[in-house]
Amino acid sequence: MGILFSSIYKSLYGMQARILMLGLDAAGKTTILYKLKLNEAVSTIPTIGFNVETVEPMRGVSFTVWDVGGQDKIRALWKHYYMNAEGLLFVVDSSDPERFDEARGELEGILNHDEMSKVPFVILANKQDLPGARSPSDLVEAMGLSKQRGHEWQVQGCCAVNGEGIVEGIQRLTEMVTRFQKTRRF
Amino acid sequence: MGVIKNSKHACEQHVPGEGDIMLARIFNETPINPRRCLHILTKIIYLLNQGEHFGTTEATEAFFAMTRLFQSNDQTLRRMCYLTIKEMANISEDVIIVTSSLTKDMTGKEDVYRGPAIRALCRITDHMVKMSYDVVKRWVNEAQEAASSDNMMVQYHALGLLYHLRKNDRLAVSKMLNKFTKSGLKSPFAYCMLIRIASRLLEETDGGHDNPLFDFIESCLRNKHEMVVYEAASAIVHLPNCTARELAPAVSVLQLFCSSPKAALRYAAVRTLNKVAMKHPSAVTACNLDLENLITDSNRSIATLAITTLLKTGSESSVDRLMKQISSFVSEISDEFKVVVVQAISALCQKYPRKHSVMMNFLSNMLRDDGGFEYKRAIVDCIISIIEENPESKETGLAHLCEFIEDCEHTVLATKILHMLGKEGPRTPTPSKYIRFIFNRVVLESEAVRAGLSVSVPGLEKSLHQYTLEPTEKPFDMKTVPLASAPINEQKTEIATVVTSKMPEKVGPSRQDIYQEQLAAIPEFKALGPLFKSSDPVQLTEAETEYVVRCIKHTFTNHMVFQFDCTNTLNDQLLQKVMVQMEPSEAYEVVHYVPALDLPYSQPGSCYTLVRLPDDDPTAVSCTFSCTMKYLVRDCDPNTGEPDEDGYDDEYVLEDLEVTVADHIQRVLKPNFGAAWEEVGDEFEKEETFALASVKTLEEAVGNIISFLGMQPCERSDKVPENKNSHVLFLAGVFRGGHDVLVRSRLALADGVTMQKNASGKIIILYDEDERVASQAATTMCERGFENLFMLSGGLKVIAQKFPEGLTTGSFPSSCPQSVPPTSGRKRSTPRPPSYPAENKWQFTSEDLNKIQFYLEDMLIPTNTNSRLSRLSVGSAQSKASSARSSYTPSAACSDSARTQSSTRHWK
Repeated sequence: MGILFSSIYKSLYGMQARILMLGLDAAGKTTILYKLKLNEAVSTIPTIGFNVETVEPMRGVSFTVWDVGGQDKIRALWKHYYMNAEGLLFVVDSSDPERFDEARGELEGILNHDEMSKVPFVILANKQDLPGARSPSDLVEAMGLSKQRGHEWQVQGCCAVNGEGIVEGIQRLTEMVTRFQKTRRF
Repeated sequence: MGVIKNSKHACEQHVPGEGDIMLARIFNETPINPRRCLHILTKIIYLLNQGEHFGTTEATEAFFAMTRLFQSNDQTLRRMCYLTIKEMANISEDVIIVTSSLTKDMTGKEDVYRGPAIRALCRITDHMVKMSYDVVKRWVNEAQEAASSDNMMVQYHALGLLYHLRKNDRLAVSKMLNKFTKSGLKSPFAYCMLIRIASRLLEETDGGHDNPLFDFIESCLRNKHEMVVYEAASAIVHLPNCTARELAPAVSVLQLFCSSPKAALRYAAVRTLNKVAMKHPSAVTACNLDLENLITDSNRSIATLAITTLLKTGSESSVDRLMKQISSFVSEISDEFKVVVVQAISALCQKYPRKHSVMMNFLSNMLRDDGGFEYKRAIVDCIISIIEENPESKETGLAHLCEFIEDCEHTVLATKILHMLGKEGPRTPTPSKYIRFIFNRVVLESEAVRAGLSVSVPGLEKSLHQYTLEPTEKPFDMKTVPLASAPINEQKTEIATVVTSKMPEKVGPSRQDIYQEQLAAIPEFKALGPLFKSSDPVQLTEAETEYVVRCIKHTFTNHMVFQFDCTNTLNDQLLQKVMVQMEPSEAYEVVHYVPALDLPYSQPGSCYTLVRLPDDDPTAVSCTFSCTMKYLVRDCDPNTGEPDEDGYDDEYVLEDLEVTVADHIQRVLKPNFGAAWEEVGDEFEKEETFALASVKTLEEAVGNIISFLGMQPCERSDKVPENKNSHVLFLAGVFRGGHDVLVRSRLALADGVTMQKNASGKIIILYDEDERVASQAATTMCERGFENLFMLSGGLKVIAQKFPEGLTTGSFPSSCPQSVPPTSGRKRSTPRPPSYPAENKWQFTSEDLNKIQFYLEDMLIPTNTNSRLSRLSVGSAQSKASSARSSYTPSAACSDSARTQSSTRHWK
C-alpha cells in the first residue's frame, strides 16, 4: 500500500527519493546539504549524528537527503540508515589524496552491504577549488571504480562553497535513481 | 523481543508483520504518516513507563528507527521524538546519533522545539559522561586552564568539572584542593565549592580536625565575600565531632550575620544557629542577645527560628515569655516552621519537665488550628512523648488527644492515638471516660481505624472486668476480630455485637455453618453426616501464577472433602471441567470428584474431591496428597471475550497438600483440666517422648505443639512464665467421631546445652533410662564438637539402683526401680524429703555429697569392678544437675502423655 500511495503521490508531484550522503569526516557533506537546501555556504561544525533535509534541487524532484557524520564513531552507525536508500552521494575531499584509500575502504563497505545492493551512487569530488585537488578522473582510479560491478555510478567534480558541480551531480544521480526505482518496483 | 512483540499489537491494527520490521517500515514510509507514528511512539513510551524491559539490541533498533522521524516537520511528532529520546537515552546504544539534530533544533527558530530539544540533549550528554568518561577526561587541560579564568562563573564551572572527573580518586581530589587553596581563587562560588569538597573529604577522614583542610575552611571565615564566610561557618557547624573551641569562631561569624541588614543572611545565620543549638546549646548562648532582637523581625521565618533557638538555649524563666511571643504569630507561619516550633517544644519538655502544663496548653491550641498532616503528626508525637515521660500530664494529654480524634481526618494519627488510649487508658483512674471516644470511632471510622481498636478494646475491657472467656466450642478471641484475615462482612457483625452487648460470645453464622450449608447442597456429600471441622485455607499456588488455587479441608466422621477454590487470572482463557486430581501417600481412598463446570477469567469457582479415611488403621491420621489440576482450556478472543469452539485438555501441577493431626481434632476448652484428666483414668493413657530438635524456646515448643495437634490449651498453660526451663502444657480437644482427647505435655528445655558447650569448669552429662538413646545422642554431639560431654553408662536405671539419693533430684521414673528405699514408682508422690524440683537445684548440698560418698564406697568396696560412671567425676559439684523425671535429648525434650477415651492412639 505504501508503494501504491507513493506512486500516486509521485505522479502528482513528480520524482521523490531517499538519498544517503556519506563520506569521511571533513569531506564537506553538511556544507553540500545546506548549499542544496538554502543555496548558501553555511559554516558548519563536525556533525555528531545526522542532518536530514528535504531538498528540491530541480523542478519535480524531491530528495530526502540524510547527511550522516563521518567521524570514526559515527561511521559505525551508518548502517542504521541503509534501509530503503535509493541513492548514495559519497563525498570525497579531492585535495587530501592521503585519505583516498580510507575513503575507498568505507565506500566498499557501504556498497557490499545487503541493504545497499544495486543502489546507484555518485562520487562528489569536492573541494575542486583548492590547490592540489585531484581531478574526477583521478578519483575513478583511486576509488577502484573501474572494477565496480553491480552498482551504477558516476563521478562528479564540485565545490561546495560556490556550488559548482553540485546540481550536475544531483542530475546524474536523479537519472540513475529513476532507473533504479523502476527495476526495484518490478 | 518483549517490547517489540507488544508494540506489534499496536502495529498489527494497521499492517500485519513482524514487530521490529514493522517499526522500521512504518517509520520508513515516504512520506511519513505522523498520526500512525505518534501512535507507535506513544505505545513505546507507555511500555517503558510500565516497566517493560527493553533489550539493548531491540532498544537500539527502535531508537534508530525513531531517528528517521526527524525528516518530518510535524511538530507533535517531533516533540514525541524528544520524549522518546529522553526515555531511551539510558537503554539504547549510540544515542549520540541525535546530538546534531537536537543541537539544530535547540538553536533553530522554532520556539516549540528549543526547550524540549535542550532537555533531551541534556539527557544525552549526561549519559555520555557516564558512558564515555574517557572522552570527557580528554578535556582536563582545557578545564584546568578555565579554572584560572577571570570570570567568576567560568572558574566555578571549571572547578566543578575537575572535581567530577576526579571524585572517585581521593588522592587526586586532595591534590587539587591543595593546589587551589594555595593559589587562591577569584570566584566566591568556586570558594564555596572548595569548602564543600573539603568538608566532604574531612568527613571521610576519621581523624580529628587538626588538618590542613580544616585550617583552610577556618581561614575562609575571614574571606571578604559573605557567601564564602557563611559557607565556611556552615561547613564547620555541620562537621561531626566538632569541639566547642572549633565551633566558637564559626558561631561568632554567624552572630555577626544576625545583625546584618540583608534578610537572607539573617535567615541563613539563624537557621544554622538553630541547628547548632540542637547539639551544642551552650555554644549558641553567646548569641542570645542577638537572637532576642530577631524575635520581632518582620520576616516571620527568621522570628520563628530565633524563638525556637532561644527555647533551646534559654533559661527556664524565659520559656513562658517566649511561648507567649510565638503564639502571637504562630498562625501566620508555614507548616514547615510550625513543625520546627513543635520540635523545639518537645525538646524543651524533656529539659524542663515542670513546664509541661504550659506546653500542653500551647500544643492543644495548635492541635485545634488548621494544618497539614506533618504538622499534626509532630504535635501528636510531641504530646505522646510528654505523656510517656510525665505521668502527671497523662490525663490532660489524653483528653486533648481524645478531643482531637473526634474530628481528625488523618487515619494514621487516629489509629496511633487509639492505640495509645488502649495502652494508657486502663491505667488511668477513670478508664470509662475513654470508652465513649473509642466507641465513637468504632461506629464512625474506616476499617484501618477500627483495626487500631483491636488493641485498645480488649485492653479496656480487661480493665473493666468485662472480658470473660466463655467455654464455648470456639472461644471468641477479641484480638482476632478486626484483623483483615476475617471477611469484611463478618467483621462488621462482630463489631456491632461488641457495641451493643459488650459481652463477647459466639456470634452470627460461623464460617463453619456456612460451609456446612454449602456442602450439604451438593448431592454427593449429603450422606456424609455433620461437618466436623473446616480448616483454614491453604494456598496451593504462588500468589501471582496463572491460576490461583487454595484448598479448605472439611473433615467428616469417616470422610474428608477437599474444597479447591480456583481463580483463573488469564483473561484469554476459559477453563472448563476443572477438577483437582489427588494422589494420596497413605491408605486414603479418593472416592469422588466434583468438577467446577466453568471457570471464566477472574471469577472464583470451587471443585471438590471426596476422600474416604482409612477405617482399618485409625492411626493413619496424616497423609500427603500430590495434587494436579486438570481442565479443558478454551482460548478466548482478547477483545470480545468469546471462547473458541474447540478446547484442549491441560493440567497444572499444584503444591502438595498435607492432612495433619490437627485436621482430625476440634478444640474444646475444659475449664477444669485436672478433673477431666482424672475422670478419663489410667486405662487409656499413653506416654511417649519426643525430641523437638529444631525448637529453641519453650514458647516456640508450646506454639508448635498447639498448632500441630490443633487442640485447645487449658488453664492458661499456653503462657510460659519467663525464665523457666520446663513447662507443662494442657490441651483438650475432640477427635472426629466425638472422642475426647486430652494431652498433658511436659516440656523441658535442655537449658543452654549449647551454652555449656566446652565451657571451662562445666561438664555435660548425658543420660537416659537404659543407655539406648543416650549413646546415639552422645555420638551426634561429639561429632558436633562437644568435648566436655560425658555419658552416664547404664543410664538412670543403674543410678536408681546404686545412688538412690544424693546424686539426683526429683523422683525416678517408674521404669527405674530403686533399691533403697523401694517405692511403687508409678505415682509421682515424692519418696524423699530433700527433693527439689529439678530446675531449682543448682548446687549439691553437703548432705548430697555425703550421700554420694556413702553410696560410692558402698558400690566400690563390693566386688563390682565395673565403672558405673565412665569418666564421670563425682566431685564436680558445679556440674549441672538436671531433672531426673524426663529423658533429655540434645536441644529440648518433650514428653507427651495422651489419653483417649475410646481408643489409644499415639501421635507421631
